[in-house]
Amino acid sequence: MAAPPTAGPAAAPQVPQKHRRTDRSSGRPRRRRGPRRLLSFWPQYVAVSPFFLLFLTFLFFPMIYSLYLAFQRWDGIGEMSYVGLEQFRFLLDDPTFWLALRNTLVIWVFSTFPMLFMALVLATMLNSTRRLTSFYRVAYFVPNVTSVVAVSIFFFSAFSDRYGVVNAVLQAVNVPSVPWLNNEWTIKAVIAMLMTWQWTGYNMVIYLAGLQAIPSDVYEAAKLDGAGPVRTFFSITVPMMRPIILFTVIISTVNGLQSFTEPQVLFGSNAANNPNSGGPGQAGLTTLLYFYHQAFDNNNFGYAAAIVWAFFLVILLFVAINWRLVQGRRKG
Amino acid sequence: MKALIVRRPRTARGLLLHAILMVGVLVSMFPFYWTIVMATNSTQDISKYPPKLTFGPHLFDNIQRLLDSIDFFGAMFNTVIVAVSTTVLVLLLDSLAAFAFAKYEFPGRRVLFGMLMAIFMLPLQLAIIPQYLIMAELGWLGSLKAVVFPATANAFGIFWMRQYMIGAIHDELIDAARMDGCGFFRQYWHVGLPAVRPGLAFLGIYTFVTAWNDYVWPLVALVNPDTVTLQVALSQLNVSHGRQDYAMVMAGVLLAVLPLVLVFSLFARSFIADATKGAVRE
Repeated sequence: MAAPPTAGPAAAPQVPQKHRRTDRSSGRPRRRRGPRRLLSFWPQYVAVSPFFLLFLTFLFFPMIYSLYLAFQRWDGIGEMSYVGLEQFRFLLDDPTFWLALRNTLVIWVFSTFPMLFMALVLATMLNSTRRLTSFYRVAYFVPNVTSVVAVSIFFFSAFSDRYGVVNAVLQAVNVPSVPWLNNEWTIKAVIAMLMTWQWTGYNMVIYLAGLQAIPSDVYEAAKLDGAGPVRTFFSITVPMMRPIILFTVIISTVNGLQSFTEPQVLFGSNAANNPNSGGPGQAGLTTLLYFYHQAFDNNNFGYAAAIVWAFFLVILLFVAINWRLVQGRRKG
Repeated sequence: MKALIVRRPRTARGLLLHAILMVGVLVSMFPFYWTIVMATNSTQDISKYPPKLTFGPHLFDNIQRLLDSIDFFGAMFNTVIVAVSTTVLVLLLDSLAAFAFAKYEFPGRRVLFGMLMAIFMLPLQLAIIPQYLIMAELGWLGSLKAVVFPATANAFGIFWMRQYMIGAIHDELIDAARMDGCGFFRQYWHVGLPAVRPGLAFLGIYTFVTAWNDYVWPLVALVNPDTVTLQVALSQLNVSHGRQDYAMVMAGVLLAVLPLVLVFSLFARSFIADATKGAVRE
């Protein structure tokens, strides 16, 4: 039971009109101004302040400060010196940065497209049955809550030359074994498979929830028109799921471009110091691994900050491109 | 069987469907199975061809060697401390702040919330270097505090709790509580919290799992070998022993992953339902 808004401050002094969002529509008199009024909101300020104290100290200020650092040269010990855009200029000429960026993008392409496609197909299949659905959902989702470190150690052993289970299987069917972790492309493929294994189920449950929201008479109409399952998939499911596909593409872009733990665990943390950082031929050197190396192995804080901000701009660019690709086609 | 398929094509299609879905389940589950195979056999058995496909009797030898080479339970204890304190802090602080954001109008509300959302969009890696410098300044490097507090500053919890509270807490109940003379904090405690228990459960599990699995920041901040978390300990174990003693490393992986996966499976159904809500609502 809401307090009648016409009662006025005199009738209900303990129910001031300050708090409620719903009161906004009720044409109340002009607010009082000044510190007295602010003081009357003290419970709300007390409620948000512990979180905001932590947030400002450990997240907001660091974000701003890292942008400042990107315009400095600093090793963490000596004097900081302002260098303007020099770190970014150096970045454009740094072949290792471009190599790392290229690796990151290749791994992202190798993982995102198979992952999202399989997730959508699996979700469509799961949506057409009523048996065992909870079981399937949990079984497909569990890889997503498993730690990336543990999964990376597992993949490292499964794809290793000598006693990897993958090569053992290949040998059993008379296919010559593959030196997975020694070749530029297979290294990227292994990292991409790892990410695909971890994230397909996550995307699948999101797609499934979206599919369940599509009214079933749309499918019945398609069936009456004689459309087969493949035709239905491409002319009904995909177009109707476009907003959700957009959501998963953005999430996968943001997550997928930030791969760090996988190559770091696969090829060792100190590997960044030698010319083989990120594995043989630096094939697994992702942008964030290079950033980590510059920041915490070389203490090159200014340059590392420039790398991570430049990389953030690349992520933004990719999100924008994906947005256009997925959203824009509807009009065409 | 064949006659049955011919007579009832829908059943045949159903069987095919479940067969394909089961193949997916096998792919999903195989790494867990194979981790147990490796953790229960000796390294010699794993590395010969053809490898052993079944569970072996060596789990306890492998765990013994694991405990000899690293302080595994120490690292697990650190991880439990980090995950539990992060979860408790997040649930308390985020629900309190989200309650104010969701249900009250106060000067600065929009600005503060907008600030949260702007930072929420930025990758956390942007903040890592200054966070490291702050922790060095505070003398917290190598201490578990350095991992707990930045993790509680995540804006996701506020965002999620606020959305949940807008829908789940009825304004009438708050008004009734206020008529009875309850102040803001008693409204939060007696009306707000009881109405959002499922939301808290989701946020709690999410925070706990994220804190348990977190790697990059603990790797940077926990410079002291005595206070590493499980993930950092595992990766170091892999670097130093991975090539010589797979069985031991895999026993460590198994012990680190199993508790979380088992506990998660208990809550998985409602967790997955909540995890999909945000996406589909768009």
